[in-house]
Amino acid sequence: MWDMELLLKITLLVSTLLPTAALLVWLERRLLGFWQERCGPNRVGPFGILQSLADLIKILFKHDWIPPFADKPLFVLAPLIGALAVMMSFVVVPLSPGWMISDSHIGLLFFLAMTSLAVYGVLLAGWSSNNKYALLGGMRAAAQTICYEVFMGVSLLGVVILAGSFRLSDIVQAQQGLWFVIPQFVGFVIFIIAGIAESHRLPFDLPEAETELTGGFHTEYSGIKFALFFLGEYLGIMLISMMATTLFLGGWLGPWLPPLVWFLLKTLLLICFFILLRASLPRPRYDQLLAFGWKWLLPLALVNLLVTAAIKLTGGT
Amino acid sequence: MWSQLVTIWRVFRHLFAARDTVRYPEQKPYLSPRYRGRIVLTRDPDGDERCVACNLCAVACPVDCISLQKTEDDDGRWRPAFFRINFSRCIMCGLCEEACPTYAIQLTPDVEMSEYDRNSLVYEKEHLTIDGQGKYPGYSFYRKAGISIKGKAKGEADQEEKPVDVRNLLP
Amino acid sequence: MIIQWLFYASATIAVVASLLVITSKNAVHAILYLVVSLLALSLCFYLLGAPFAAALQIIVYAGAIMVLFVFAVMLFNISDEDVRREAQWLSWQAWVGPTVLALLLLAQWVLFIQLAPASAMTETIMVEARAVGATLFGPYLLAVEIASFLLLAGLVGGFHLAKKLPEDNQ
Repeated sequence: MWDMELLLKITLLVSTLLPTAALLVWLERRLLGFWQERCGPNRVGPFGILQSLADLIKILFKHDWIPPFADKPLFVLAPLIGALAVMMSFVVVPLSPGWMISDSHIGLLFFLAMTSLAVYGVLLAGWSSNNKYALLGGMRAAAQTICYEVFMGVSLLGVVILAGSFRLSDIVQAQQGLWFVIPQFVGFVIFIIAGIAESHRLPFDLPEAETELTGGFHTEYSGIKFALFFLGEYLGIMLISMMATTLFLGGWLGPWLPPLVWFLLKTLLLICFFILLRASLPRPRYDQLLAFGWKWLLPLALVNLLVTAAIKLTGGT
Repeated sequence: MWSQLVTIWRVFRHLFAARDTVRYPEQKPYLSPRYRGRIVLTRDPDGDERCVACNLCAVACPVDCISLQKTEDDDGRWRPAFFRINFSRCIMCGLCEEACPTYAIQLTPDVEMSEYDRNSLVYEKEHLTIDGQGKYPGYSFYRKAGISIKGKAKGEADQEEKPVDVRNLLP
Repeated sequence: MIIQWLFYASATIAVVASLLVITSKNAVHAILYLVVSLLALSLCFYLLGAPFAAALQIIVYAGAIMVLFVFAVMLFNISDEDVRREAQWLSWQAWVGPTVLALLLLAQWVLFIQLAPASAMTETIMVEARAVGATLFGPYLLAVEIASFLLLAGLVGGFHLAKKLPEDNQ
């Protein structure tokens, strides 16, 4: 009754995703160090690669504190929602032709659905902490996510029109001749920006914004719950990079090397680009962020969609 | 928009720039001789302790980390019976060094004083005292000062005149 | 078989969560139960063979509209006095009208199910996104356009309400 191969794949995916997310923390700190002419963590293990393990051990032994003024069930639930919703999305990511857990025909929609649910983790954390900074962070997360989710979906529709399917493997196959990043360059840029905003990465990390909100939605969190938020954030970067690879950069397609290697290479390159953005760009103001989203990116995404649809209808490629 | 792209590119180029980091335990930074680090007690050129237990350092210390007790020896010199610095409180400000009239207490460029046990940071006199004269070689307080000790009466110090004989009217 | 059980389980969850929505005292908890109810409904849609509707249910309702609701409720500071005042408004007389109407609806619904041909629900057909689009922009084009007019009117109205009045107007 149970598909053993599927179970094995799920186990393997989960057991590689979590250490990879931890490794990503190390990679990010290392790269940030390089871009700031520092070394980054280089002591624990060869090239400091075990730094995340040391951090993990430390954070596990920290006091797992629940503030007495917090809404207890939601306070515990929030980090779980945040991390689990992101992890669920990995189900539809096609790593290589034989390596996808679910090749659902609504794969792209499933990804959008799960990312839209992930915001509940942040939102509930902000509300249940019963702390004004956390609440402000949660509100920012809500406004930001609603705004950027809208045109993230719209920007992906151009790809859907070109590929003619929501199935992610079909979308990859449709890029056999030309990667969608070229005909859909506007969509690609919008998706990247929206992806950073969705995963609360640094140019758009307004929900946590240490300098103004003392940590924002996770002000009251410590120990393993904080680690779960962290895990969710880093899994989010991986997810956005993987989706951008799948949708715009031809997924596993590429000459000479095996498909899986191509996929991982492209993903890694995108992740490094995200970290570069973090290293170089300052955080915008809250109203600037929303105005940029509603007044520039949404019309741009709509125009992109219209033009793509028009070209498709008039019998272009 | 363009300026942001330029920013991204410039930051990216830093990947190939030289690191500014001094890799500390292997590669030590230069600390000048006047650096304010671990405190030592020095000796005069004869090998005696310079400290005369005047307590000025303890008074000057803003965090009260110095404590000492005066004794007087048979030869008339003052010495500390004990001299204790609690380095877990010391802020290396150097005020004790400025207050010291005999150049006994001096700060050195040594800063590596980590311990697992807090009590090991309490240094006694035998831990503090070094064999040399520190930053002021050749200086001996009792040879400059006009105080009389055994083997040196009043007026026998450097650049000191003989004490005035108050019973003699001659100039 | 297992699909049937899954359907009944998620349907039960939806019903129970909906009940909890109207009974919980805390507004945020109530909205979260509503989210759970919507998610369970989406699973029902999926099991009934409408994956596109299921995904849209999550993206639009659970993901966007409910986030807006939570956003709004988070800003209200609901005190004990508000709860007391609300309890005053909800007297039993106020319940009579809605209850009668709801019971009428229920009776109609039961009758409709009784009269409907029983064989319609035996097997599920997966409805593709393409089929949904073709239906919406084929036979139901007029309905789609009317709905879009309604949304546009709502948008314009919202813009008008949120617009700052010019200073000299006051």
